[in-house]
Amino acid sequence: MTMEGAARIATLRPAVIEVAGLEKIFVTVSNERIHALHDISLAVGEREFVTIVGPSGCGKSTLLKLIAGLLPASAGRIAVGGKIVAAPRTDIGIVFQNPILLPWRTVIENVLLPAEVQGRPMAAARARARELLAMVGLAEFESKYPMELSGGMQQRAAISRALLCDPEILLMDEPFGALDAMTREQMNLDLQRIWREAGKTVVLITHSIPEAVFLGDRVIVMSPRPGRIVRVLDVPIPRPRSIDVMGEPLFGRLTGDIRKLLYGRDRDADTAGLGAAGGIA
Amino acid sequence: MTTIDLPPKEAAAPPGRLTLVMRTRPEIVLAPLLLAVVLLAWEYGVIWLDVPTYILPPPSRIAFAMWQGLDAGLLDRGGYWLHAGVTVAEVLLGFFIGSGVGLVLGTIISQFRILEATLRVYLVAIQSLPKVALAPIVVMWFGFGLTSKVVIICLLTFFPLLITSMAGFKAVDAERLELMRAFGARPWQIFWKVRFPSALPYIFAGLDMAAVLAVVGAVVGEFVGAQRGLGTLILSMNAQMDTAGTFSVFVILAIVGIVLYQGMRIIERRYLFWSGEHMRAIGS
Repeated sequence: MTMEGAARIATLRPAVIEVAGLEKIFVTVSNERIHALHDISLAVGEREFVTIVGPSGCGKSTLLKLIAGLLPASAGRIAVGGKIVAAPRTDIGIVFQNPILLPWRTVIENVLLPAEVQGRPMAAARARARELLAMVGLAEFESKYPMELSGGMQQRAAISRALLCDPEILLMDEPFGALDAMTREQMNLDLQRIWREAGKTVVLITHSIPEAVFLGDRVIVMSPRPGRIVRVLDVPIPRPRSIDVMGEPLFGRLTGDIRKLLYGRDRDADTAGLGAAGGIA
Repeated sequence: MTTIDLPPKEAAAPPGRLTLVMRTRPEIVLAPLLLAVVLLAWEYGVIWLDVPTYILPPPSRIAFAMWQGLDAGLLDRGGYWLHAGVTVAEVLLGFFIGSGVGLVLGTIISQFRILEATLRVYLVAIQSLPKVALAPIVVMWFGFGLTSKVVIICLLTFFPLLITSMAGFKAVDAERLELMRAFGARPWQIFWKVRFPSALPYIFAGLDMAAVLAVVGAVVGEFVGAQRGLGTLILSMNAQMDTAGTFSVFVILAIVGIVLYQGMRIIERRYLFWSGEHMRAIGS
């Protein structure tokens, strides 16, 4: 399975993220070894939108943290922009499942936080922050506090923050997982637009199969214990995609294929729960 | 609830100020009214039931004693100003030194996991001790002057701040720290931009406690041994069976406590406006 996945990794565009033979083993307090990731190899091309889908405990969040340099790898190699990742990289933007806005800062102060921390020129950063907030539709909310914003608006502010220092790469860890279904669809459309306008490389993790297919140029399907890549699927649906593509036969076939990969053939797709595979996310 | 209840339009004069206040914030009228009723009941209850003044004086006597005390010169040993000034000085000095040292030590301890793990058991144990019981020893060590009272207040205010700041720094959301790490933040940036503000609701809860304890500490310290201060005034008035005077000093102490506490609340509103949970906890 892994070989099949690896064979399809090659992209035509130059790779900005390269992962080869990655292993991650956690040692718990009780000295148990948890094999979180096994033999992960993948390459993400410039301006590509790659989604990673899998049940909880398949190590997809761990993979993202490794790429971001927030966790050390146990074995294998990760390179971003041709440079080996060893420590947190400031040239990568990250969006987490929760917006994690600091409640005592206004929206724009939150967006400016990375520039402030990295000692960048603030006047230019402020202008850029205004641009980004306008792009995500929060121009009028820059001096509001996070608690005055809805969940979807907070997450859009978090996306602006991730884009502030103009990173080539945007890593997103289930960014819309906490939103209701309708807001989530709107956020998917917005994200597609932002991605096309900003010209970034995006790796997005999700446990929603339709979201993975809707957003991704390619979908990486992972399975747990140990976390590994089972299949990489191309999504040849033209852009820009509207919500209507979800009704097309190709969309249905792709989501069906992924479901089969995740649930196995012996289980009814309607009743199978992804939660069966517990453990670390 | 329906429009039918409203008076006809031609008869509707603009609602009076009182009506408006009663409709929107009735407590502004009702709370002082309650106080007036209680004071009146006290005043006439004491007279009707013929309670001796040295047991329970009527409010008018307390007010008179208060007026006498306040009418004296600033440095008059029989008046209230000198004693109140001494007590307030003790309270403020003890509060700022004690809680300041507690906050700084709590902050330092919580930045080092080993230090915290080692000390935690002892600190929590000391926190639960009745530290006012040490007042006689403190007075023996530091004498009858200002210092002993400040030391007692420090003892009382130090631990709330130590414990709450440690709890506050421990409770910092791990996601916020990870976010800062992802930005490449240095430890001191993480401290000032995330850890410290995140711990503020806990620290202010400690300061609230300390503000109340500071007044308690001053009075206890003055009871045990002092030449000046509202506590000594209470002792001497009590010895002369001047119950009205004692009550009036109590009122002064209450005002000192309320002013200190309200001051804290104003500062909290300014710095903790974002912390919904905290504001709910202190009932605002």
